[in-house]
Amino acid sequence: MGQQALCYDGTWKGLLSLIFDVYAYKYSISAIVTENNAIQSLLFTSALIHVVTEDIKSARVTKGIITSVGKKGYLELYHVFLSEKEGRELLILRTVQYYLGVKEQASKNYAHADVLEVKKIVKSVSRERHRMKAFIRFQLLKDGVYFAIAEPDFNVLPLISKHFKDRYADQKWIIYDVKRKYGLFYDGGEVQEIEFGTENRLDQKSISLAGHESEILYSTLWNQYFKSVNIRERKNLKLHIQHVPKRYWKYLNEKIEMGG
Amino acid sequence: MGSRIQEKLSILADAAKYDVSCSSSGSDRKNKDKGLGNTGAGICHTYTEDGRCVSLLKILLTNHCIFDCAYCVSRRSNDVKRAAFTVQEVVDLTINFYRRNYIEGLFLSSGIFQNADFTMERLVRIAKKLRKEHNFNGYIHLKTIPGASEELIFEAGLYADRLSINLEIPTEAGLKLLAPEKNHREMIHPIKYISNRILQTKEEKKIIKSTPKFAPAGQSTQMIIGAAKESDLQIVHAAQYFYTHYKMKRVYYSGYVPISNDLRLPAIGTEVPLVRENRLYQTDWLLRFYGFEADEIVNDMNPLLDLDIDPKLSWALRNMDRFPVDVNRAPYEMILRIPGVGVRSAKKILAARNFEKLRLEHLQKLGIAMNKAKYFISCHGYIQRYADQQSERIKHFILSGSSSKYVKAVSTQLNLF
Repeated sequence: MGQQALCYDGTWKGLLSLIFDVYAYKYSISAIVTENNAIQSLLFTSALIHVVTEDIKSARVTKGIITSVGKKGYLELYHVFLSEKEGRELLILRTVQYYLGVKEQASKNYAHADVLEVKKIVKSVSRERHRMKAFIRFQLLKDGVYFAIAEPDFNVLPLISKHFKDRYADQKWIIYDVKRKYGLFYDGGEVQEIEFGTENRLDQKSISLAGHESEILYSTLWNQYFKSVNIRERKNLKLHIQHVPKRYWKYLNEKIEMGG
Repeated sequence: MGSRIQEKLSILADAAKYDVSCSSSGSDRKNKDKGLGNTGAGICHTYTEDGRCVSLLKILLTNHCIFDCAYCVSRRSNDVKRAAFTVQEVVDLTINFYRRNYIEGLFLSSGIFQNADFTMERLVRIAKKLRKEHNFNGYIHLKTIPGASEELIFEAGLYADRLSINLEIPTEAGLKLLAPEKNHREMIHPIKYISNRILQTKEEKKIIKSTPKFAPAGQSTQMIIGAAKESDLQIVHAAQYFYTHYKMKRVYYSGYVPISNDLRLPAIGTEVPLVRENRLYQTDWLLRFYGFEADEIVNDMNPLLDLDIDPKLSWALRNMDRFPVDVNRAPYEMILRIPGVGVRSAKKILAARNFEKLRLEHLQKLGIAMNKAKYFISCHGYIQRYADQQSERIKHFILSGSSSKYVKAVSTQLNLF
């Protein structure tokens, strides 16, 4: 039997279902593409095998992975998925095959090339997740919702949802990823995914216009605070930029020059 | 109202900035009854232009002070603008900053006005208000005012995650010289009290689960570096004493920033001893995470830390008989002592060597600083050739192979001694 190209719906469950099928039908894989990409690259369309996403299949694979390398090892693979990195599906598939084929806690084999690559990606995705926990800046709107815009390097919103829900349990908030055009909305009960139509221009300015009357005061105070705690004699801009890379600045109100 | 509070904030944040503690972890306060906030995440929400983490709203309640400590910017005799927050202002700032995800919580300190108890009572009242009236579960760090009553310190511990008293000057003689109104005993007393309380609470909690928390993130202190003429030997041993006797969570080191023309102190314009401060933090890590004793790093033979190399490398070069270390066989404690290997890579080595014999290329990929480690290890397919070399030569190899970010700073630094 030759090699097959597989196509899935682009979701995590879809990829897990695909891995299930690889085991069930003993596919030998040459490529994995998402349905969106498949349409663009006509190259594949004729020979593509379409995988159906099913909860039963993805749950079985999830269980298999957790049994073999624990919840942590499983979450690492999820991080790799959210990295959106080219070739991540094949890397995840290969790694799962390695994990399931070895008896020991294979996710700890730092001498294995794929495992090491997984760890590397996990590290950068985790760093971005952590940065989003740090760099999200809410602005209070007139309607009482705390609103933040973000543009993370990786698709990390699913990874920070619980953190913000636990922490800001008594306020309504929205975190919107303008790069991926979806957001999280917490209404005091559960967190939901939301999408705004493309007709709504979303940027710092449009948010400010809808701001609550107290917003300017606290934003200014924070900006002032940031300046006041700096020790000029210890100036170290290189270190500053290393910790707060410039691409995040436009959403950080302490980094915006304010008048008065 | 806006500009008035802004002025207060600029004065009272500016006066608080020399307190370097920024820790916001070590406590796992949950958000209860759908209130506001929790702790444990230890997030740095931003970094100042000097590269320091900002995780807490760090302010003084007031910079009025009855004391005249030479090293302190808020000292009585200093001609600076004075200000004071009201209790409500601090509460509002904390809550509103927190809700916007600017901070992990509040770090509140104060100049001493009227007397110790009067000041301490205000600090406690703010913490209590945040916890009781606003169901605020974010991080609170309160400064304990030297001389405050045990009752107030006890109450502070009920609401705060962390308590701290800054020793500032590690030697009694230094304290006498620079802060004659303070006395060493009065500083140590509350440290002891808090340490005992924390222990006692832990014991009681084992029996009665509902025992209220007492400073769950422990206590910390700070020493100013380079203000009095203390040696690294004195500082490091003082730190070890705090860690072992009072179970301190952290000791902070703050390179003295010249703020006064007082002849007892380094003149204005003198460079902040950043390299020395950095070496002290590295040493602190060796004490806390690497199983080192203070004596191994600084002792009567070597009372000062090397500025050109880190203290672990320095120790290794003085103890070449302990090397090379076989990474495939040596116990964790010894792996940790290899220069260039951190806690994380040591753990990775232990995990990975269960699968196969590690070779040089494995170690490289694990993130070990091979430019240092290669002189101190042996592994599969790698025989240590440098073991017989003199340590001075190895030091030379390492230094010539790396461009230290401190080279420039070191040369200017040496003038200080």
